[in-house]
Amino acid sequence: MTQKTRDDQTLKWVGTRPIRPDGVEKVTGRARYGADFARPDMLWAKVLRSPHAHARIRSIDVREALALDGVKAIVTGDDLPEIASEQAFVGEEPTDYRMMSQNVLARGKVGYVGHAIAAVAATTSAVAEEALGLIEVDYEILPHVLDAVSAIAPDAPLVHDDLCDRKGEKKAPSNIANEVEMGHGDPEAAFASADFVIDRSFTTQAVHQGYIEPHACLAEAGPDGQVTIWCSSQGQFMIRGYTAKLLGLDLAQVRVVPAEIGGGFGGKTTVYLEPLAVALSQRSGRPVKMVMSREEVFRATGPASASRIRVKIGATRAGNFVAGEAWLDYEAGAFPGSSVAAGSMTIFAPYAFEHARSHGRDILVNKPKSAAYRAPGAPMAAFAVESVVDDLARQLEIDPIDLRLQNAAQEGVQSSFGPRYKRIGFVETLEAAQAHPHYDAPLKANQGRGVAAGMWFNAGLQSSAAVMVNADGSISVISGNPDIGGSRASLAMMAAEEFGIAYEKVGVRIGDTASVGYNDVTGGSRVTLATGKMVVEASRQVIAQLCERAAKVWDVDVERVQWADGKATVPDDDTIKPLGLAEIATGAGRTGGPIQASASGSVRGVGMSFAVHLCDVEVDPETGKVDVIRYTAFQDAGRAIHPSYVEGQIQGGAVQGIGWALNEAYVFDESGRLENPGFLDYRMPVASDLPMIDAVIIEVANPDHPYGVRGVGEAPIVPPIPAVANAVRAATGVRFSDLPLSPPRVLDALDPAS
Amino acid sequence: MSKRHVTTTIDGESREFLCEDEQTLLDVLRDVLMKTGTKEGCGTGDCGACSVMLDSRLVCSCLMLAAEAEGRVIETVEGMAEGDRLHPLQQHFLEEAALQCGVCTPGFLVAAQALLARNPDPSEREVRFWLAGNLCRCTGYDKIIRAVLAAAAEMRGADA
Repeated sequence: MTQKTRDDQTLKWVGTRPIRPDGVEKVTGRARYGADFARPDMLWAKVLRSPHAHARIRSIDVREALALDGVKAIVTGDDLPEIASEQAFVGEEPTDYRMMSQNVLARGKVGYVGHAIAAVAATTSAVAEEALGLIEVDYEILPHVLDAVSAIAPDAPLVHDDLCDRKGEKKAPSNIANEVEMGHGDPEAAFASADFVIDRSFTTQAVHQGYIEPHACLAEAGPDGQVTIWCSSQGQFMIRGYTAKLLGLDLAQVRVVPAEIGGGFGGKTTVYLEPLAVALSQRSGRPVKMVMSREEVFRATGPASASRIRVKIGATRAGNFVAGEAWLDYEAGAFPGSSVAAGSMTIFAPYAFEHARSHGRDILVNKPKSAAYRAPGAPMAAFAVESVVDDLARQLEIDPIDLRLQNAAQEGVQSSFGPRYKRIGFVETLEAAQAHPHYDAPLKANQGRGVAAGMWFNAGLQSSAAVMVNADGSISVISGNPDIGGSRASLAMMAAEEFGIAYEKVGVRIGDTASVGYNDVTGGSRVTLATGKMVVEASRQVIAQLCERAAKVWDVDVERVQWADGKATVPDDDTIKPLGLAEIATGAGRTGGPIQASASGSVRGVGMSFAVHLCDVEVDPETGKVDVIRYTAFQDAGRAIHPSYVEGQIQGGAVQGIGWALNEAYVFDESGRLENPGFLDYRMPVASDLPMIDAVIIEVANPDHPYGVRGVGEAPIVPPIPAVANAVRAATGVRFSDLPLSPPRVLDALDPAS
Repeated sequence: MSKRHVTTTIDGESREFLCEDEQTLLDVLRDVLMKTGTKEGCGTGDCGACSVMLDSRLVCSCLMLAAEAEGRVIETVEGMAEGDRLHPLQQHFLEEAALQCGVCTPGFLVAAQALLARNPDPSEREVRFWLAGNLCRCTGYDKIIRAVLAAAAEMRGADA
């Protein structure tokens, strides 16, 4: 059989732009998202949330609420099993099942405003809401701590009374939940040999992932103990695993049916509602539906960590980076597990340093538990390091792209986080940016251009896929990963390419947890890469079977059979008429039965992604408002299976980063209450804020993927913050070190008297 | 407390429903009539995911009481296609890959249709400002704007 390789010039589908398989459903309103499910006799449930940032719960009295007509069940922390401490895998935001359980429903203490205390199921959502008001909670209010600096002060209130730094030896309880350190060489000594050293500190605020679909689920627990959950998430297997763990159920008892997901960006890689809905369904004997309000989404899910980062880089007069050192403090929220380790790993990743070291700390504060957000931890690290690199270029009077090229990471270079780089496309991406007309386009008064780079690892993790030949010769592919931005299309295209058939002859479905092998979450930019690899493997197994069946029909040695263009042929004998997919499929009952295969694996060989962004801004000197007027994003995609969806990832990531740079920030009052829990006051970019976002795809094939794919989804959010900040620096002469670059902050810097 | 009886036209069909006084049109569309094509993103009129046409006017169905729909004509995304024939906006959203997760798409389609009814030849800037009430977090708006401009061009051509 033919093994298609990435260099194959005969590719028919890869690199084209067909309409996605789930497209019509989604433009006609028929696609079903998390909140679009209903069951007969269904109850609605609501969550009572803490009004205090930090308090001990003395008692919870639910008697009056339970007596309200229409209330069918209530759960509080006492109703969930005690969970032993055990590390859970939540992408770049490591957490512990015990902590996850406490976040889902508080035990003994609340850690932030919005922390769930109880959940009520009732016949209507209005009754459930009314019942929340009848629950009496007796709080002992405790002093709270809202930022990393205060949290590590010697007399700071402890967010957890008994939590010690997990690094090595036993320490006294503190709000430092974890420390990481990595790097090589001796930066401290090396700084002495540098001609220039820049040492600067930066701060960023918590921001929300901002998916448009609030968290929602429907759960039904049967009298036999079987549980079914319909919900939108970044992984039906993740929901099954965490819900079963938190409720003490066997995995085989729980089936999770994935809904379409209305955006996640990392924020839907954990559970909030599902264990509550199941517990309420177990108690009431009825299906239970839960949908968060937008305010709840802001107060109790996400966000990405606020950060404080100090970066020090030394360079020679000729522009060689001698040493880099960084100190990163990320706010975890009320439970351990910020993305500080990933931030510490990425901060110097784009560059070849002889001496590099980063020190990260995961810090507890009385705010919502942070969650993964697209390239978790990397955008704020890039803001710090790329601002310093920009200042170095200015000081050395070297073109900022030349300076990056001079120090760029490439194959064989020792990365700051450990491994040596394999084939990567950072140099090609920088060169593409430098050669682009945008880079030399003229600017007017009050305008400036910024350039910044960024890197993301991408993830392989565990994937499974099944490929089945239908009796009419069409192909069904089952993936175990929710399709968050077009992965059905890329999987179908790779399958069509393998079989040599029309794209339209491949149907892709997202299986529930009982229909396909285990898959890790849709995250880490991994679905087209890793699940795609499993689709290719399963397709090749099926093609081998098809060849065997044809050999049986012809009574020839299978070695003589070749598969090409949807047909089995015997190239060395042209008297044998080729057998098409449909002919073999129709006759499968006579040659050995149904033809199908599944492939599973821990996928290795992810190709890291590098991105370089060019941003032009215009700063209004009267108001301080920054407008992005031109934006071009360059990225090594390895191989773009469906270029439109690769561009879409690049454009979407760039705009999320622009929002993070210019407007978005969680604003807390002194009591720890979020003051902007809605889209009016938490200002995400809208269409009129933006120009077109030009996406330029560079293809330096990943040697470890059958089609050369690297992940693409996350790298594009890494460079935008520094690209915007460097553009504002160019336009105004002011280096901003604190986000967001909102009009008051910019105006204040331009005209301190104002 | 008894429910209110309301008679309306939704996507070309006459419909009757019972609602509580406090229920929004969005609640009734989604939870009573099970027309879940119209989405809720915020419930406060900030995201536009629940956009519908009310007597040919673009409204957020989360900001309107269901009882106010009495005698009115409501159009949702579910009525945009004619049988199997997609509306040019729907077709161009697919061709331009103007959706990723797709949850904001129903609102964008309804809002864009309202724009093109008023202004068949909008500039890029006019499209951007008209759609500023619809949030999309996936696409960065680029492909949405292109899809609306392409659909407008096709519809003008069809009219000529």
